Amino acid sequence: MTVAVKEPSMLLQKEMIAGNYDAITSAHETGRKVSSTFVPGNLNELLMCFGILNNLPEINAIQNGMRRLSGDYIMEAEKGGHSEDVCTYVKADIGMMGRGNIAPNGKPFPEPDVLLLSYTGCYTFMKWFELLRAEYKCPTLMLHVPYEGDGHSTPNMIDYVVKQLKEVIIPGLEEVSGVKFDIDRLREILALSAKAEDDLVWCLETGKHKPSPIDAYFGGVYYIGPIFTAFRGTEEAVDYYTALRQEVKARLDAGQGPTLPDGSVLTDQKYRLVVEGPPNWTSFREFWQMFADEGAVVVASSYTKVGGMYDLGFRHDPADPLRSLAEYCLGCYTNRNLPSRVDILAQYVEDYEADGLLVNSIKSCNSFSAGQLMIMREVERRTGKPGAFIETDLVDPRYFSPANVKNRLESYFQMIDQKRRGANKAA
Amino acid sequence: MDMPVSKAGVIARRCESIVDDLSFQAARDWKAAEPGRKVVGFLPVYVPMELIHAAGCLPLGLFGGGDRIEVIHGDAYYQSYICRIPRSTIELGVTGRLDFVDGLLFPFVCDVIRNLSGMWKVMFPDVWTKFFDTPQNFDPEIGGTYYTHELRELRADLERLTGRDITDAALRASIALYNENRRLVRAVYDARAAEPWKAPAADVYVVMRAGLMMPVEEHNALLADYLAALDIEDRPRKDNVRVAIFGSFCEQPPLALLKSIEMAGCYVVEDDYSLVNRFITEDVATDGDPLAALSTAYLRHSVETSCKYVPNEADKGRFHVERVKQTGAEGVIYAAPSFCDPALLDRPMICGRLSDAGIPNMSFKYAENSGQMQPIREQAGAFADSIKLWS
Repeated sequence: MTVAVKEPSMLLQKEMIAGNYDAITSAHETGRKVSSTFVPGNLNELLMCFGILNNLPEINAIQNGMRRLSGDYIMEAEKGGHSEDVCTYVKADIGMMGRGNIAPNGKPFPEPDVLLLSYTGCYTFMKWFELLRAEYKCPTLMLHVPYEGDGHSTPNMIDYVVKQLKEVIIPGLEEVSGVKFDIDRLREILALSAKAEDDLVWCLETGKHKPSPIDAYFGGVYYIGPIFTAFRGTEEAVDYYTALRQEVKARLDAGQGPTLPDGSVLTDQKYRLVVEGPPNWTSFREFWQMFADEGAVVVASSYTKVGGMYDLGFRHDPADPLRSLAEYCLGCYTNRNLPSRVDILAQYVEDYEADGLLVNSIKSCNSFSAGQLMIMREVERRTGKPGAFIETDLVDPRYFSPANVKNRLESYFQMIDQKRRGANKAA
Repeated sequence: MDMPVSKAGVIARRCESIVDDLSFQAARDWKAAEPGRKVVGFLPVYVPMELIHAAGCLPLGLFGGGDRIEVIHGDAYYQSYICRIPRSTIELGVTGRLDFVDGLLFPFVCDVIRNLSGMWKVMFPDVWTKFFDTPQNFDPEIGGTYYTHELRELRADLERLTGRDITDAALRASIALYNENRRLVRAVYDARAAEPWKAPAADVYVVMRAGLMMPVEEHNALLADYLAALDIEDRPRKDNVRVAIFGSFCEQPPLALLKSIEMAGCYVVEDDYSLVNRFITEDVATDGDPLAALSTAYLRHSVETSCKYVPNEADKGRFHVERVKQTGAEGVIYAAPSFCDPALLDRPMICGRLSDAGIPNMSFKYAENSGQMQPIREQAGAFADSIKLWS
């Protein structure tokens, strides 16, 4: 396979993530403390207040998936008694530990000083860190974020999360780091978060243009990289999103589409899709190419909202820091109930003038996947646009069947063509 | 020639017919007996039934369709890698079998049941549907305060559904009835652990499941009768090993599976089937604020199960090891439903702790409609033999 061609922002993003890995793997030399935590409900700003580095096991699994290492790791975990039925992120992580716990930079991960169990929108997170805790025997701080079962947060839910932040998480992080909490420092960091969030939203919303200057799924996963990981609240993230905005604006002004992995530019966009669900990582480039070959661009996606629904108006708020963190955690995409998810996706189809909703259903992820067939039907019913359903996995290469996926995509595009012809005739 | 059926057997067969009835006729009859009565269904593994009872409603345990329903519509809502209980529950809904149910509670078990609550809202907009979240923080000031508020909200929702107030006095009376129920349930489990040959696993199972489909007053009387009947039960004692079953708290196995385990040479002396009525392990206080009492019971006196966080690593699996010791089980069968995240993610940790404690254990997977029992019989039989020979 040829080397993938990347947009400048993608290269910058890659450097940032690599820099974070270097910081994590050199923690012993620098004396910095390391946390493990999750992307949804990621409390990066709080960790920064204590100088704690942020290591995200989902991101490690993604890295291992893209580097084609995850398959062996998963089998290693299954040999150790983990069921073939459960989340492959977890098994890729456990398997990686069994194989020396080597980071993408080739150096061993240090053992975490704290597991920050920000328990938002995914049941597996709880078990994942119970499993890691058994291995590392380090302090584990649980932040229980209640699910928005009725489609909204209640004052009781917000109070509960704030109380945990005040009485469990902050004292726990103080103890691990030896650093006293400074709420004014948190305010400063949150102000930087909000600035980056503004620019991210601006970029994601350019998908409304024709042609779209971005791919909001395959390209989108690069764009969310810094803000969903260890950089939200940093000057680096602000700079990154400023640069990204300029890059996207240049394409928008030039009437250009996004750059594809083969170096071509997708300006002739035949199909505009909204995609629900995470991507497959083990065949990421091949998967993307299947869309590109057909002239399909993703104009909006739910996966780029797992780490925060900024496009619905949420911003981290320095004026009310802890409440703001609570509202952020509560509002992540997978912590919203199914009727809300239907509303969001149907609105995307309308607002982004998409041809329809494509669901990439992930075997590993019941939080996303359970109910997606109903979601698809509801969005179809409301928008009158056709939906389609494909099935892959996050990082288990055994569950990516290129022929099946390609077939289904081709059928879907034919369906859209047919629908258009029907509409033209009717007109 | 038919064998004579003992009194305990008669009670169990009556309960089996209630559990088997997917038209839920007993619950329908209860509702029809008085105008204005409401039925509130709930899924595994725990809801405070006291509140539903105090609202004058019948709490109705819904544990899927078992192996007695052909899932046609339900499969159209789920991918192949999702467990079976949500499919058969959808099937029950779309085929009109739950058309008499006025409200439905989806407790926190896992993401599948959680998401099913939202599907129900979309598919059955006229049914009051609520996702019922319990705290994962067990500090009375933090998780307790949150949970008490959630219970207050649930009480208000039930009051809206029924149009009547739930007084503290009514709630205390309901708590007392459920305390009695829990005592009787524990007594049945103790009696079985003492003399398991008298109380076949499948019989105890249906006696418990049926109790979640009838008024608690009726179940209390039934349990008292069943206990008395067990006293005089006359069954031969077999050379079976004593096992505990864990991992089966949500999607339920078919009765044939329970019978197969016993036929393979295992007496079941402990289990976590459907949990609900054993979720709270001690009496709930009947004085003071009843919502605070229910909250305290959850925080302080509820079982360790996969849908609850265990704050201290050292405590993980402690409950299972202790129950094995208390019931004199010689081994554990960890039987998890296929694709069950909670049970399967917990399995390495729980089985690891059992092994650390020197407790033999084995595991297999099932579905509520599993039909092939031979492999399970062989596995359970080999497990029983290994205990007899080497433990």
